[in-house]
Amino acid sequence: MKPAPFEYFAPLELPEALDLLERYGEEAKILAGGQSLMPLINLRLARPRVIVDINRLRNLDAISIATDGGLTIGALARQRTLERSTFIQEQNPMLAAAMPLIGHFQIRNRGTIGGSLVHADPAAELPAVSVLLGGEFVLRSKSSARLVAAADFFLGYLATACRPGELLTEVRFPRWRPDDAWAVVEIARRKGDFALVGVALRAALDDGGISQNVRIVMFGVGGKPQRMEQGEALLNGRRIDEALLRELSRVVAEELDPDSDVHASAAYRKEVGGVLVRRALQSALAKAKEPVSQ
Amino acid sequence: MSAKQLIKVTANGRTYERLVEVRMTLADFIRQELDLTGTHLGCEHGVCGACTILMNGEAVRSCLMLAVQAGGAELRTVESLAQGDELHPLQRAFQNRHALQCGFCTPGFLMTASAFLKDNPMPTREEVRDAISGNICRCTGYQPIIDAILEASSELQRKTKEPPV
Repeated sequence: MKPAPFEYFAPLELPEALDLLERYGEEAKILAGGQSLMPLINLRLARPRVIVDINRLRNLDAISIATDGGLTIGALARQRTLERSTFIQEQNPMLAAAMPLIGHFQIRNRGTIGGSLVHADPAAELPAVSVLLGGEFVLRSKSSARLVAAADFFLGYLATACRPGELLTEVRFPRWRPDDAWAVVEIARRKGDFALVGVALRAALDDGGISQNVRIVMFGVGGKPQRMEQGEALLNGRRIDEALLRELSRVVAEELDPDSDVHASAAYRKEVGGVLVRRALQSALAKAKEPVSQ
Repeated sequence: MSAKQLIKVTANGRTYERLVEVRMTLADFIRQELDLTGTHLGCEHGVCGACTILMNGEAVRSCLMLAVQAGGAELRTVESLAQGDELHPLQRAFQNRHALQCGFCTPGFLMTASAFLKDNPMPTREEVRDAISGNICRCTGYQPIIDAILEASSELQRKTKEPPV
């Protein structure tokens, strides 16, 4: 199939892009890396009247450190750039580690951080990681600019708080906490496929190996990234041992409420989700060089 | 803005100027406007990898870009690999190792492998498997393709070590 006709604009400056988005509203689709939108328009599952291509906007892919030590990434930064960047590996190793899980390298050469977030595929890695890390998104329109927390941004299947006329321009992450234990892992049929179940987690460990501020966010198990609050509560203030890891699997499997689809049943996702969280935590602890007490 | 735009691209070292419909994909542009039919189209939604080309040195799926987006870019397609009658080491290795049967997917594998070997000239078997995970072949079962890419990597290494004649 070939794309249906559309009007095409490739503005060079942000105000021009925002003018176009204001003028065309819901009739316009924003084209960033194109790795989700192009398949949709090739198959005519989407037939936008207007395409606003943001690839020629200047400086929309800039990476910098904010005065508070947080990381600021322009929405158009390519996934492959973030994957290869030693700066990102130092400033936010979890974000760098999530990149190779996205599609294949040819996809990441084009795919952007902003595009993945706004597309909001429930099985995608970046929405979950940004919720876990407490990311914030800058949404600009012709008449306004607002900051939306990742936790409030994802509303459901392919649905976000981004309104017609708005453009995600920048993604912000709080300063990285180098002593935290963390992991991002997923189960997929083949490498590069969408995750059947995935988990991103992070915990602070005190000197006695007691975990605090545990965050567990799962993906591929519902319409949007899911925080596992019962799993978190189970771990907070506890020393992680084998018995607790087994209990975590059980609690998370119970807490999950996934859908069945052609790739995996809900029961499978619950079972695998529980196991995956345990493995993720074990790998996080191993990386943090904190031996699991027996 | 009109439904057609004039674009200028460099493909395999040659410059082209064409008036294209904005909805034309880069893959169709390469095949229909530039007559470079070595680039194949399988799924047209970014899954099979047959249409992989290099844009400004990076492997991309040409079915997932519009031709107008490539304006000003430097493209390389499978036609750029052989020098006259002399096959590229990757092509020779594909032939030696029977890494193709029907050949439909081969241009995509070759361009993927050429970008990959530039990044990682001496890969492990596992790294090659990972690199080609975005390309689908329905004939070979992949093992001969992995063998061929490893063979080409040794050959390219040997070549770079040899003093120029």
